[in-house]
Parts: sequence; C-alpha cells; structure tokens
Amino acid sequence: MNKLVGQSILDALTGHFESFEKSLNGQSKSAIHQVRRNAFNTLTEKGFPAPKDEEYKFTNLTKALEKNIDFNSETADTSIDTAQIESVKIKGLDAINLVFVNGVLSSEYSDTVTLDGITVSTFDEASKNTPDLIGDHFGKQASFEDDAFVALNTAFSKAGTFIQVAANTIIEKPIALYFIGDGTKAQSIYNIRNLTIVGKSAQVTVIEKFDTLGDQKSFTNVVNEISLDENAQATYFKIENDTENAYHISNVNVSQERNSHFTANTIALSGAMVRNNLDIKLNSEGCEAHMNGLYVLGGKTHVDNHTVVDHTKPNAYSNELYKGIMDDRSKGVFNGKIFVRQDAQKTNAFQSNKNILLTNDATVNTKPQLEIWADDVKCSHGCTTGQLDPDALFYLQARGIKKERARAILLHAFASDVIENLGLEAVQDYVEEIITERLAK
Amino acid sequence: MLSIKNLQAKIEDKEILRGINLEVKPGEVHAIMGPNGSGKSTLASVLAGREDYEVTEGAVDFLGNDLLDMDADERAREGVFLAFQYPVEIPGVSTTNFMKTAINQVREHRGEKPLDAVSFLKLMKEKMKLVDIDQSLLSRSLNEGFSGGEKKRNEIFQMAMLEPKLAILDETDSGLDIDALKIVANGVNTLKSKDNATIVVTHYQRLLDYIVPDYVHVLYKGQIVKSGTKELALELEAKGYDWIKEAADATI
Repeated sequence: MNKLVGQSILDALTGHFESFEKSLNGQSKSAIHQVRRNAFNTLTEKGFPAPKDEEYKFTNLTKALEKNIDFNSETADTSIDTAQIESVKIKGLDAINLVFVNGVLSSEYSDTVTLDGITVSTFDEASKNTPDLIGDHFGKQASFEDDAFVALNTAFSKAGTFIQVAANTIIEKPIALYFIGDGTKAQSIYNIRNLTIVGKSAQVTVIEKFDTLGDQKSFTNVVNEISLDENAQATYFKIENDTENAYHISNVNVSQERNSHFTANTIALSGAMVRNNLDIKLNSEGCEAHMNGLYVLGGKTHVDNHTVVDHTKPNAYSNELYKGIMDDRSKGVFNGKIFVRQDAQKTNAFQSNKNILLTNDATVNTKPQLEIWADDVKCSHGCTTGQLDPDALFYLQARGIKKERARAILLHAFASDVIENLGLEAVQDYVEEIITERLAK
Repeated sequence: MLSIKNLQAKIEDKEILRGINLEVKPGEVHAIMGPNGSGKSTLASVLAGREDYEVTEGAVDFLGNDLLDMDADERAREGVFLAFQYPVEIPGVSTTNFMKTAINQVREHRGEKPLDAVSFLKLMKEKMKLVDIDQSLLSRSLNEGFSGGEKKRNEIFQMAMLEPKLAILDETDSGLDIDALKIVANGVNTLKSKDNATIVVTHYQRLLDYIVPDYVHVLYKGQIVKSGTKELALELEAKGYDWIKEAADATI
C-alpha cells in the first residue's frame, strides 16, 4: 500500500478510533456512528493535505502536526483550578458560560441553562437523547469528503455542544464556550463538535474561545455546524489568543434560510498555527451575512483564514472585512471566495482584506476570489498589503507624539473598524486591551 | 530663536537646499517666497524633521539646541510646529483624541501634569472659536473627508492648542477662498506674540495682506537670493519671479 500524506498520524489515529468505538458501548450501530465511521474511512483513504494541496498551499498543517503533535500520547489526568479558568475568560462579559476541560464539560464551572426556548447540552448527550434530531443535522453542512480535518473531527465527534433555539426565542445573553486544554503535564489533543440550530425568527450569540494551559503543545480541531431558519439571527465569535504552542483548526459551516442574518467575528491574536475555515451558504432570498476578521500577530504565529460565501438565491447580501497586522516573523494567509450562482440575481457581495506588515520578516499571502454566474449583481473585492503610512506617522510626530506611540495610534486606527463591528463591548475591550498591550512593547 | 547656517539637503540624489542662511528672532514674522520647485516646502519639511530628506551640510540652532539632532516629535515638543500644505487624512483617529495625546506628550516633556478631561475640553472650546471650527468636525476622523478649508483651519486649530514657539506655515493659503483665508490669518495673528515667531511659506503675496511679514525672503534653486521687507512681496506680486530668476542665474 502506498503511504499517504500524514501516514504517521493516521497510524496513531487508527488505534484511537478502535478504542473510541469500543467506548461507545452499544451506540456503535447508530446512524450517527455510521457517519463517524464513514468519515474515518474517508480520512484513512485520502490522508491529510499534501504540501501542494491548493487549499493548504501556504499552511502546511500536515507537516506541522507530524513534527509537533504526538498523536500516540494519552490524555493525562487534569487538575485545573478556578484561578486558571478565570484567567482565560473574557473580563466583564455577561454570558451563559460553559467550560470544557480537555473537551469534557465541567459542571462545576459551567452555568446551568434554565431559560425557556433554548436547549443547551453536550453533543454527546444530545446524540444519545435525540439521535434523530442530531442525525438530521450532523455532517450536513460540514462535509468530511471535502476536508481531512472535518473528516478527523467527524470521526471522533463526541465532545462539544448542542444548542437549539426555538422559534421566536430571543436569547439576550451570549453563550460563551470556553474550551480549555490542560497542557501542564502532557500534550492536549482533542476534537470539538458544535451544532447550533437557530429556529425561525430566533436570535442567539455564541462565543468560542480555545486556550491551552501550561507549556506543552496542543492540538484542537473544532467543527461548528450552524443552521439559521427563516428570519433567524445569529452571531458567532471566535477568539484565538492561545499559547505559542497551540495548533488549532476550525471549520465553521453555516447554512442560512430566507431573510436570516448571520455574523461571524473571527479574531486571532496568538497561537502556533491557526487555520480558520468559514463557509457560509445562503440558501434563500433576503439572507445577510457579515464576516469580520482581525488578526494581530507576533512571534512566529501563523494564521490562515479561508472563507467561502455562496450566494445561491436572489437579493442576498454579504460583506466581508478582514484586517491583519503582522509583526516579527509572523505569517498571515487570507483566502476569500465569493460564489454568485446563476439564480442569485441582485446579489450584493463585498469583500476587503487589508494587511500591514511591520517587519521585513513578516509575510502575508492574500487571495480574493470572485466567481459570478449571475449578470445583475453588485460585487467588489480588494486587498491591500503595505507598511504603516510614513506620511501619517510623520504627521502625528510633527505634533509631538513619540514615534512608538504614533505607531500604536495608527495601528489601532487601522483595526478600529473591525473592532467596532464586533458589537459586544466586553469583547471589544478584551481585544483592545490585548492590542494596546502588544503595541506598547 | 532660529539660526540656520549653510543648510543643504537632498532627497534621494537630488539636491534641493543648497546653502540656506536665515536668522529668526522672537516676535518676528518671516515670509519665504519663491517660484515652484525652489525648495520652499523642502525647507519647511527639513525644519520639521521629515526623514525623507537627508541633510548633507550646515547647522540649525533652535533656542540653543541642535535642531537637526532631534526627531520630528522631539522638535514638536520643543516648540516647532509645521502647518502642513497637505494635511494627512487619518481614518480611525479623531482630532480630539489625537490632540489630547499630543498636548499631554508636550506637557509631559515640559514637566507639566497631563490635562484632565474638563480642562482639555475647556481649552478646546476656546481654541475652536479662534478658527471657527465645529466640535462635530473634531470628533470625526482626522481630516478625513474634510474640505480644503476645513483641513487648513484644523491645522491652525492644532497650532492654537499646542502654542508653539516657532510656527512654520507651509502654503497654508493654497486652495483657500478669501473667507477661509481671513479666518486662518486671523487665527495666526491672534496667536502671535513677542515670544514666538512665524515662518510663512507661500507662493503668492495674497496671504501676506493678512499675515504681515517683517521680512520677506525669496528662495530660488535652493538658496535665498533676495531678502527684504514686505514691500518685496508686493514687488514680486506686480513683477512676477522672472526678474529675480534672471538676476540670480547671472550670479550663480
């Protein structure tokens, strides 16, 4: 047999998958598990992305994982205290908090949700208690055929959350999902599967944050499937501010029905290597999708944002604004695709990616892609990469502002429109504070 | 206050200033005039500390300190102010916040306490009147979408806030209608005192009807080729620059 790309990882995973199946105890014949098994088979047939894989051209995850992550390692016992948990939370955020340690929900640190019209449980519980409901949505938006990491996640999907908001229910408080990996004694490696179903005219905000404690390396692979029914509104935040040893892959797959509004806020501030795939499908008329992205990177952090928005029906709107500041030897990648199908007349689709490189060693690869089959549309895309405007810098200095401060002011200003778009004050403050601290250095 | 001796500067490989000598004393207004490309704006930029220009020769003393040894921000904190010919638009930074930062950095440099919010607002209100500028304009992103007149008024507003010892106005009259010109000139005149000095860089005499200079210098090919009083400006207005050019070309 030919060796596949990432064979050493596949070999290690095979053992894990066998013991995972055993642990399911009786559920291994369920429809959900059939999907897992198919996903695992697909993964072991196709392997991981090759270095020349178009979608992973600038982000060689397979190599990075083979080099840095020991998939043979077993999860160590964990002992995380309150102070450690509080340290990763977003200060001042009034939210329904769910805390997961190494993928396991910590009832001690999590809020119990007793509101009407919303169901919040772990993915595992939901697939046991309501297998048909989960079966209807699981793997429907995130295709394991298309992406090896979705396949990996699907094969091992157990940990994570299930959120269902009933029709006409407005959940005022955001739901904050804190995924904490204990990397104090051993590498922290886990998959998270989140499923969010937003009913007709319902509204919800979900915030997701991954953190690794300790100085061991970590690998987290998360898939979010989010579906919005007619006139629903959902906002999803992803905040990456993990250690420089954290490898993270995220797939967010969204499907929208008529007149629904979806906003994704993707913020990456730190990590070893981060890959965010955001894939939004506008299935019906009148849909609106907003994608805000900010990456402020230093050290050797590598962040890759891939986004796809697919306009399939008329009169929908999408707007994407991603901005990046790269310092030291950090790397940014942006790849944004907009599809406007033949039926999708009167589409408004806008995309912008702007980058600032602060050093000669920092790099960014940006690729906007627009594919339009309809003829009556309004679309634009653009990307810029540059340094801090020397004229603006001189202008501020000419008023007595020290160079470092002037730089910080300009970088803040550069990021300000994305930060304003975030809408949630506590998250805005959190991001502002980190950026200010970073720029003051 | 300001003593420029044999100042020479170039950008890339192009020599622009070829030996400028100028003495400015407190309380004086000097006008630097000259045809396009004579080096007027370069002189203003070099004095303010723009890094694009390389000073190859000469010395500039400002209040007993070596001006050329200071960064642009340090010069500003010491009391040099450049009103830009083309004020830069900076999205995402409001004039108000920008001025607050600038004033407090200047105050810190002078060993003064930072202004609290109330005193700052009071100061701002007072200076806004001077150039007839609106609060709402100052809350917006710095110069973004401002008209030409609004940009220049904002420059003089900033000058009023920072109270410099030496103000350099670089073509402040360009693109201004007569009403805006009067407002700007009135602002400059009000700020004038026996302790500070002003250098007005301009192509046209018009501005000098409103900001009356004590001395007028004509810059040509990077040198001051003629100096005089305000009458020289009127003569230039009437006769143009050609007679100066001819006289200068004959001696150079």
